[in-house]
Amino acid sequence: MTQLTAPTAKSTSRPALAKAAKPRSLKNAALALVAWLGGLVLFLPVAWMVLTSFHSEPDAASNPPAITAPLTLDGYREFFDSEPWPPLINSMTASLASTLLVLLLALPAAYALAIRPVKAWRDALFFFLSTKMLPIVAGLLPIYLFARNVGMLDNVWLLVLLYTSMNLPIAVWMLQSFLAEVPVSVIEAAQLDGARLPVVLGRVIAPIVLPGIAATALICFIFSWNELLFARVLTGVVAETAPVFLTRFITSQGLFLAQLSAAAVAISLPVLAAGFAAQDKLVQGLSLGAVK
Amino acid sequence: MTTTEEKTAVGPRRPRAPRPGPGRAKAWATRAPLLPALVFLILVTQLPFAATLVISLFEWNALYPEDRAFSGLDNYESVLGESSLRNAVFTTALLTATVVIVSLLLGLGLALLLDRKFKGRGLVRTMAITPFLVVPIAAALMWKHLLFNPEYGLLNGMLGKFGDLFGFEAPQPDWISDMPLLAVEISLIWQWTPFMMLILLAGLQSRSPELSEAAKIDGAGNWQVFRYLTLPHLRRYLELGALLGSIYVVQNFEAVYTLTGGALDTANLPFVIYREFYKAQDYGVASAAGVLVVLGSLLIAVFALRVVSSLFREEGSRG
Repeated sequence: MTQLTAPTAKSTSRPALAKAAKPRSLKNAALALVAWLGGLVLFLPVAWMVLTSFHSEPDAASNPPAITAPLTLDGYREFFDSEPWPPLINSMTASLASTLLVLLLALPAAYALAIRPVKAWRDALFFFLSTKMLPIVAGLLPIYLFARNVGMLDNVWLLVLLYTSMNLPIAVWMLQSFLAEVPVSVIEAAQLDGARLPVVLGRVIAPIVLPGIAATALICFIFSWNELLFARVLTGVVAETAPVFLTRFITSQGLFLAQLSAAAVAISLPVLAAGFAAQDKLVQGLSLGAVK
Repeated sequence: MTTTEEKTAVGPRRPRAPRPGPGRAKAWATRAPLLPALVFLILVTQLPFAATLVISLFEWNALYPEDRAFSGLDNYESVLGESSLRNAVFTTALLTATVVIVSLLLGLGLALLLDRKFKGRGLVRTMAITPFLVVPIAAALMWKHLLFNPEYGLLNGMLGKFGDLFGFEAPQPDWISDMPLLAVEISLIWQWTPFMMLILLAGLQSRSPELSEAAKIDGAGNWQVFRYLTLPHLRRYLELGALLGSIYVVQNFEAVYTLTGGALDTANLPFVIYREFYKAQDYGVASAAGVLVVLGSLLIAVFALRVVSSLFREEGSRG
């Protein structure tokens, strides 16, 4: 990256060359401004929601918008008074348990597809991906009838099973692509040295694919946490998840904006925190491991 | 930073057959780790599809359980014959196409801007991905009540302020009633632009900078570099974004459910399945709609799998 280059559009942004080309730097400043505007436009709605969550209800519903209104925690107080913990715990249970189950099922499968490829591993891989492309919503009714007959309606473990099947194809696909990155020569060298399978798995393969596993887990967690349709149909009072909790605000009337904002922010917080903390993992995960 | 092409492609770099093992026991040993995931997936996803297919051939309303009878393709006739359900097929296609294409274009623009170095780039990137990290139902509620609301929403509030500033009466549209589908689309485009941006930005940063610099030394302009170097390199990332975006947007339920409740010609197929099943308790029609969603997705999937497998072939030929 440090070789001498002609002053191209890309390299003028480097400090040493930026001074050399004045008109270019003006153009760069303009483009930077557009980038800032783009980022701000995308961010503004969320910023407004966070600000509203700290306003009193009358201020939240004022027109013109009360940007400088005094801040209060009433919205959050009301949110935590409305018994949000059972749904939050249900969501956490469903998301964490299904993520764990996904990894338990997907890791061996990905191993069989990447490290010691079975015959027709490509077909198997495409089968996994194709199940993700068929919307699971089409199976909603039989799943509901089945759950009703075996008495699993309003049970968070039913959601665990469904979220696992929802995320399994993505996880297999991702982990397969991460495992395929492990050089064969390294594995063979370890085996020549007499290392047995558990040692090869733990000492050779695991360190290389651990970041990939983390990325996979992050994506599975986010998709499970966000899911609404199945939770809405298959749960009631006991196993209600956090997104279902939010549906009570859909047709709300009167003064509820601050409380709605507080609830929406609080329920998005785990995903926001995880996503901000692991932006690069997010990219890897979203591209099914295609982007390392 | 100079990630090579090789690393970006999908799939393993090991297109070799398993070692010739001594017989079937060995073959099963390599296959065994695959089986739990395979069996689980078939049980939980494929079996319900089959059941849906069967139920779709029956007249079956939960409110009249004794009237259950085989009815052939009648349910499909009602899905495709009833204008509201036929509209749902059309709405789903329109909604998915609009959201995916617009957010892909916006994401491309943003990714190109963020590929340059400038002050606060990291912060701008973080701000830009925020929409994707808001829980979808929370985002939909935010758009409905905090932004689109005609009386106290931020959009009309800002319009009014803007009008005051320049001394004219700014229009105060009732966003959701006046332009229901557009409102749903705006909220989804807002949520999916960061997704596209992230994938395309990763694609841009996997280019080798030497190539475009060499082209510029040879006298290529910015546009030519973009058209003949950047865009071909980005193709697979554009396809990946479009493919994944379509898979998720076609199944979106939250936006329609929250913003319009399926009214005003905005009901898409997932919402129709929910409505028929949950409200009307018509199992037969809901299943027929479900089968249609699957068929529609299959069309996308066939195309998508072709894209992915072409990535595979490229990868395989490279060694």
